[in-house]
Amino acid sequence: MIPGSTPVDLAATPAKARRRHLLDLEGWSREALLALFDTTDVMAQVMQRTIKKVPALQGFTVGTLFFENSTRTRLSFERAARAQSADVISFAAGGSSVSKGESLRDTLRTIDAMQADLYVVRHHAAGAPHQIANWTDAAVVNAGDGRRSHPTQALLDAYTFRERFEGFDGFEGKRLAIVGDVLHSRVARSNVSAWTTLGAEVVLCGPRTLLPAELAEQPGVTLTHRVEEAVEGAHAVMALRLQHERMASGLLPSQAEYRQRYQVNRERMRLAHPDALVMHPGPMNRDVEIEGVLADEPRSVIEAQVANGVPVRMAVLYTLLVGSR
Amino acid sequence: MTLTPKATLMDEQELGRALTRIAHEIVERAKGVDGLALVGIHTRGVPIAERLADLIERFEGRRPMSGKLDITLYRDDLTEIALQPVVRKTEVPFDVSGTTIVLCDDVLYTGRTARAALDALVDMGRPAVIQYAVLVDRGHRELPIRADYVGKNVPTSRAEVVKVKLREVDGEDGVQLLEHADA
Repeated sequence: MIPGSTPVDLAATPAKARRRHLLDLEGWSREALLALFDTTDVMAQVMQRTIKKVPALQGFTVGTLFFENSTRTRLSFERAARAQSADVISFAAGGSSVSKGESLRDTLRTIDAMQADLYVVRHHAAGAPHQIANWTDAAVVNAGDGRRSHPTQALLDAYTFRERFEGFDGFEGKRLAIVGDVLHSRVARSNVSAWTTLGAEVVLCGPRTLLPAELAEQPGVTLTHRVEEAVEGAHAVMALRLQHERMASGLLPSQAEYRQRYQVNRERMRLAHPDALVMHPGPMNRDVEIEGVLADEPRSVIEAQVANGVPVRMAVLYTLLVGSR
Repeated sequence: MTLTPKATLMDEQELGRALTRIAHEIVERAKGVDGLALVGIHTRGVPIAERLADLIERFEGRRPMSGKLDITLYRDDLTEIALQPVVRKTEVPFDVSGTTIVLCDDVLYTGRTARAALDALVDMGRPAVIQYAVLVDRGHRELPIRADYVGKNVPTSRAEVVKVKLREVDGEDGVQLLEHADA
């Protein structure tokens, strides 16, 4: 069952109420996520064929609205739309009226006149995609809002684990360790939602200044400041990108100290489950948050994470659009 | 909408005989098993293709290739579907180029499923020939499509429903004609 798809009298329901969104992963059930992964399997199959295109979304228009720069995520969504024969209109904040001081609402009004069926929104302000969902009749997919949420990244991380973990038999009893700057990470927050919904445990690890205590209040989540404790027995270890601004802002003493205490490396991975996978949402700083040699080992699935971005986003677009009009 | 049974179109024996005849016709037309592939359309086309492949193997001593096709991503009526369609895997474990493909399905009605299946197949390569085998042809075509092999032609009204049951999916074999009670 897909959230928001409870049987209703469609003819009597206005279009807006019928729209389904992916704003964050709260409200998506385990069954909905697993169904999405099954659809992703089919999309991955399409992307392996000679003709990497199906007519499934013919006649639909997907608008990508990127108020914050992210070429990789935008390209991945556009590829996902075009591989299903949807039309794509792109909007990037740089060089637009936004830089001239136009409000979000006015910008959206202008774009909405082009009648897209779904918007993919990235914004530096948490909650902006939710706001947009209130203003438009189109479906909205959050492609990252502030520190809040980045649901498709978490979906492709969990999908990659499901695909690559040796003898995968479900998320129950599995443990994901996320190491690094959890405080500023929407990827970490969305992964907590996805993996706990799927029945796994999540251990969050980082320096005191970068590990918000309230995250421990969620069931299935534990916090630790010791990376060895986080990695021990973990089935997947995800290193988060360390942004250099954090040092400047005084949240971290030095890169060298961070590396010594929190780097995900081969030695620390010995404590993990023997088949444990190494993940990174990218772009990575080699030999800072992750040991460069480790990133190139077979147990590292960083490239698979990137490759799975397209089929996962195809499944998201398909699931939200089909049956919606 | 409730459906009430109206008539039995085929029982287990008749269904079995129809498939046996179709299997013979396929081999006769293809002049053997070389390059022959049976591809079933999800859901009930899949066991039909497998059974035809079994029968052909029994007559010819060699089994033709077989596969499964899901056409959900190729349907032209998706916008008319209210609930989420389930997308299933396509498993065609051979190169379709140059082969004689017999698409298999349970019921031929509007022809829209066959149209979608043709699109899905040609996206995988360039078969030499594509033929179409169905257990029941109930008429009411909306596209210029016909079947090469038909188990039974059944004139129907649009208010009627043809229900094919197969052991692999439904636990029993048979074809029934049903009617909408409010029709």
